[in-house]
Amino acid sequence: MIALTLPYPFDLHFMQRALIAGVAVGVFAPMIGTFLVQKRMSLIGDGIGHIAFAGVGAGFLAQSGVIAGVALGLGPVWMALVFAVAGSLGIEWLRSRRRASGDLALALFFYSGIALGVVLMSLGGGLNASVLTYLFGQPLTVSAQEVVLIVSLGAAIVVAMLVLRRVLFAVVTDEDWSNVAGLPVGLVNNVLAVITAVAVVAAMQIVGILLIAAMMVLPVASGQLLARSFAGTMRWAVAIGVASVVAGLAASRIWDLAPGGTIVLLAAGVFMVVALVTRRVGGRVPMIEPYAPDEPGAPSHEGAHAG
Amino acid sequence: MTVAEPARRPITGSLLQADGVRFAYGRSPVLEDVSLDVAPGEFVALVGPNGSGKSTLLKVLLGSLIPDRGIVRLFSEDPVAFRDRGRLGYVPQRPSLASEVPATVAEIVAAGRLSRRGWWRPLSGSDRTAVSHALESVGLADLADRPINQLSGGQQQRAFIARAFASEPSLLVLDEPIAGVDAESQRRFRDAIVHLIAEHGSGVLLVSHELSAVAADLDRVVVLKRRILFDGPPSQLTAEGVSLGVHREDLPLWLEGLT
Repeated sequence: MIALTLPYPFDLHFMQRALIAGVAVGVFAPMIGTFLVQKRMSLIGDGIGHIAFAGVGAGFLAQSGVIAGVALGLGPVWMALVFAVAGSLGIEWLRSRRRASGDLALALFFYSGIALGVVLMSLGGGLNASVLTYLFGQPLTVSAQEVVLIVSLGAAIVVAMLVLRRVLFAVVTDEDWSNVAGLPVGLVNNVLAVITAVAVVAAMQIVGILLIAAMMVLPVASGQLLARSFAGTMRWAVAIGVASVVAGLAASRIWDLAPGGTIVLLAAGVFMVVALVTRRVGGRVPMIEPYAPDEPGAPSHEGAHAG
Repeated sequence: MTVAEPARRPITGSLLQADGVRFAYGRSPVLEDVSLDVAPGEFVALVGPNGSGKSTLLKVLLGSLIPDRGIVRLFSEDPVAFRDRGRLGYVPQRPSLASEVPATVAEIVAAGRLSRRGWWRPLSGSDRTAVSHALESVGLADLADRPINQLSGGQQQRAFIARAFASEPSLLVLDEPIAGVDAESQRRFRDAIVHLIAEHGSGVLLVSHELSAVAADLDRVVVLKRRILFDGPPSQLTAEGVSLGVHREDLPLWLEGLT
């Protein structure tokens, strides 16, 4: 499809397709993730991934004809999307009604999802190597069509994030205030949940549940240590996400490693380095001491405002 | 809302009005026959012992809870249906600030503009002016680009007050905004409120036990313990032997002793 001339290790077309798809994920996953981490829902990508996995199982069943009528004959990816959107809205419903903590709501869906997926797949006879594709992805076998799909979805997600970033910021930082201020809290939370679900499913087959979920969180973890603002955190996270993808794909070609896992390990490695370096230079001071008195000669002794 | 019009008192002119409000969680009433109003330009303090129903009353006034009986009006409208929320500034008791990701003071305060101009619109020049004006009014202009989780408790609370100021509210509702805050922040807080009232003619409802910083500026003090026990100028309360301003502990002690 695209005739790019790139140096080794991106000289071959399959590497270029993996690069484009991977960079798209490296951009949109950390953007979504910045809001998810602030919302203390870091694991939702993984949770939705496991629910989507159940959808994949249902899709295999439908294809194998076991429950064709029930499942409307949708293929694994479409069933995964239906499951993921329904599941993410379900998690958000539990969280917002305070029926369960965000953490517990995630765990409920997470474990039921993967168990249901395995059972459905075994029923449909699809419990084999193709399962690994969904869990860990096959970046190197991405087709041109899939590249187009993930880049267009990625572009749509980036636009949505840019338009919604202010209201998303307000809602994820202070939901109670946002309610009183008349912001559309429920709508915004549900939109974020649906965007997360779409992103997971779109990226799942290409880069795997592991990579998409990790790319929503690990670059953000580094970004929040490096940046001093919310916008800065997002910019750092995207930069680190893209860099991890490029370096990870290159390393996987050179040393013949599993690409998805290599990318995630690099992103985790970046976090460890950043955590060590920022700690040494004292980049991030937790909320223990008053930062500075407002005026010279008028020190403010706040006493024990707990961090 | 429960009962239809008419209210016992005319509702024109009040920014905030409750009339004969009753609210119960389950069977035990938390609020009984509570009537209260805040007019433009008025600075009203709502005080009461712990568990007196102050937080519940605020939720009823802001439309988060629906009273069992009585009428509530926010800008002469049913608070549940009230949409023009940019006219209302709100400072929550303990802002549930999730601080995983650093956010600057300016980013937090800018959120205050969203309800004023529509959350889907980008910020304009006038929005930025309002944000820096709000930052100046609480004395945080120099700290605008600092991550909020690096500020002291008093400075953080001023940032949340600035967020409420950013929408240039006609009515400001504050829930224990200066609890445990240093003297400097209290003074800044007092100046900012007085300025808001003078400049915009806004009405202010302050829920707080610590009135010493604003005692001289208050128009009315309302004492709540399930019912309204007192509603009048602070001088009248002082005449009953309650000091708002001399010792910080006077008012809380008196409130806890109420029967």
